[in-house]
Amino acid sequence: MVHIKRLQEEGIDIIAVVGEIDASSSIELDLAIAKSVGEGYKRIIIDCHAMEYISSAGLGVFMSYIEEFKDKGILMVLFGMKEKVINTFSILGLAELLHIRNNKEEAKQLINGLSI
Amino acid sequence: MIRLAFMVAALAWLVLVFSDVTILFSDIKGLPPDLPGWLPRVMFGLYAVSLFYYYKFKIEQDEALNFTDLLWSVFASGLVFTVISLAVRLVLFLLGETALVGLDVFKDVIYQINLGLWVSFLLAAFISWKRLILYQKSKWLIRTWYLFELGLLIVLSYDCLNFSIGEVPSTILSVVLGLLALVLSANMKWVAYLNFKQKWTSLLLLLLTFFYLAYFFITVTTTSESMTSKSTAYLSFQSTIFIPALFAFIVTYSVFSFLVILFNLPTSSVFEQKLEEVVNFQRISQSIQTEQNEESVYSILLESSVGSVFADAAWLEIRGASTEHRFYTYKITEKQAREIRDHLKSKNIRGVLDQSTDKTKNLSKHLAQLKGTIYRSIVSFPITVKEETIGTLALLKELPDGFNKEMTRIVSTFSNQAGISIENFRLMEEAFQNERYKEELKIAKTVQKSLLPERLEKDNDFEIAAFSESADEVGGDYYDTIRINDHQIALIIADVSGKGTTAAFHMSQMKGIFHSLAQQELDPKEFMVRANQALIYCLERGSFISATYFVINTQKKKIFYARAGHCPVLYFNAASNSSGYLKDRGKALGMIKNKDYCNHVETNELSYLPGDIMVLYTDGITEAKDSKGEEFGLDQLNNTLLEVTDRSAKEIELHLIDRLYQYTGTKDINDDYTTMIVKFTGESKLINTKPV
Repeated sequence: MVHIKRLQEEGIDIIAVVGEIDASSSIELDLAIAKSVGEGYKRIIIDCHAMEYISSAGLGVFMSYIEEFKDKGILMVLFGMKEKVINTFSILGLAELLHIRNNKEEAKQLINGLSI
Repeated sequence: MIRLAFMVAALAWLVLVFSDVTILFSDIKGLPPDLPGWLPRVMFGLYAVSLFYYYKFKIEQDEALNFTDLLWSVFASGLVFTVISLAVRLVLFLLGETALVGLDVFKDVIYQINLGLWVSFLLAAFISWKRLILYQKSKWLIRTWYLFELGLLIVLSYDCLNFSIGEVPSTILSVVLGLLALVLSANMKWVAYLNFKQKWTSLLLLLLTFFYLAYFFITVTTTSESMTSKSTAYLSFQSTIFIPALFAFIVTYSVFSFLVILFNLPTSSVFEQKLEEVVNFQRISQSIQTEQNEESVYSILLESSVGSVFADAAWLEIRGASTEHRFYTYKITEKQAREIRDHLKSKNIRGVLDQSTDKTKNLSKHLAQLKGTIYRSIVSFPITVKEETIGTLALLKELPDGFNKEMTRIVSTFSNQAGISIENFRLMEEAFQNERYKEELKIAKTVQKSLLPERLEKDNDFEIAAFSESADEVGGDYYDTIRINDHQIALIIADVSGKGTTAAFHMSQMKGIFHSLAQQELDPKEFMVRANQALIYCLERGSFISATYFVINTQKKKIFYARAGHCPVLYFNAASNSSGYLKDRGKALGMIKNKDYCNHVETNELSYLPGDIMVLYTDGITEAKDSKGEEFGLDQLNNTLLEVTDRSAKEIELHLIDRLYQYTGTKDINDDYTTMIVKFTGESKLINTKPV
């Protein structure tokens, strides 16, 4: 089960993921990101500090946006991942394709720096 | 039985005529009769009883007859009898004033023919009336009816035996019979079930029945009068109680029916209306069972509501999942409907189209303010499914205050029922989807199983053992081996992201790629680059495949491999008696959708020695959880291997799986467990066998 909360700070859409993302709950994550894009946000931060687990389907969600974001000039930064979670990202090689930071401040810094 | 009854009746009648004529003849001639005087009467009784049974079998048992059919059968038998009677008259007329016609005996034959026909008609009507009276039975009513029948039978047998029971008892019997007949005649419930047209038909048929009754009554009475002046020895109907009683009953009930139908004519439309409402109600509730869709429920609701309250126009607004609203309209355009709705909204009139309340008003004042609309009254009802309003039904009339309480009640019932129907429909749809999903999973599982190799490659240098078990939800684990040439063998382990049929489908694509590319003796990196290129166009959005591809070269005693995002290989080095994971870089297939992928994967090589062990696995194994939710993990996998490094590949595999089940504490796995163990043998085996 997963809980996804969205809040906006300084024009950045922050999507907080709480719980586990498996094959079925990955759809919710996908919907949340799609909604954010649909609302026109150019800067998206994913708060992963309460994400307990992510399955391959969940990783697929992040992967599927990489190209689209590149084309549309949308920036996405993930932060606060647990070691176990970040491991799954790096085993797949997905960590290198995404922007991942340790905490919210770093994530904000990165996203503001990149957008300028 | 019908035939037997008819035969008996016919025979009895013939004997009756013959005996009666004989007796009459003897009487006129002043001779002592050859036949006993009671014979005609008994024969008459027999005739009546067998005819009664004849009609009982013919009319009462026929379930298919409806009310007008019953009346029609009475009418038809009346018609037949009248025609016969008229034919006899015609013959008489043609014969003229011949000597034969003048004979009293001949007159008696004619009289008996008419009497027989009349009684037959009365009995036919009697049985039909019985069915009408007993249409809505109650115990009490049935008892009354049988009492009445019994009374008639007593009267009939009294007639037959022709003994006198005295003035008082016979009067009491007549009064009782009359009362019973009156009580029974009050049962007219069937009339209510006739529609307008049927009522008219029934009136006409009853009218004709009166005509027959009158015709026979007059015919028989006149003949009887002319005969009584000569002799009274024949069987006349006035001398019986049965015939007048029966006649009185038939006439009474006919008159009652006629009057009741006549007075029910003006209200029949109301009853029909009610009946139609019931039918409509049923249609709404049944529309779901007949595999119709929500749309048909909506149109039935609209149609039924309009029909029930005689609305001039109506619309049904259904809020879809998104913001769009769908309109179903009757005699009004969607634009007009929207205008009225927006008008009422803008005037902030509560309780009209307000979803939260079903308070309704006729609101001619407000509607009149809207230009271009001819409607002066409106009622609306919310349609709720699972306590959520999904739409509004609005009915319009050109008259102000056009809807009464009764109408709103009916339509509110309709819309409630429609809500229930739609809810049921959605539940059924859900169940159906679930069932289909389960079926799909079954297929996917079979496909997945069949994609895994039945047999693994063997070589002098190594042995391979593999295990794969999938959870209920099918995953996409894949492993395979293929011999490239005499000294090269290709191995693959892969995990398709996601689950279900899509995963199984992608897995089969991976198998195809493996089998076609491996044959080409490709460098593992090149294999991955080409596989990625092939998969870019096949994989669904968000899907990818993690894989590790190996080529074991037995000539060079080397392993060449490329890891594409798959779990790192656990390698046991026999020489140093140590093990570790080979964490090389490499991204999963399908992740980078361009030629750039060649920068994200590399070929690695390592030499192997006998006794070395390679453990390939998918994340299902390392992510297997115990009862506390702790994962099996890489360290435990490593430790498990270290316990059994001296055993064969198969034994290592069994040990690992055993440990895994022990760890999770259940046979029900929640992910796919796939592992492939490669144990290098060869020289070390030779060394071991040398001393022997």
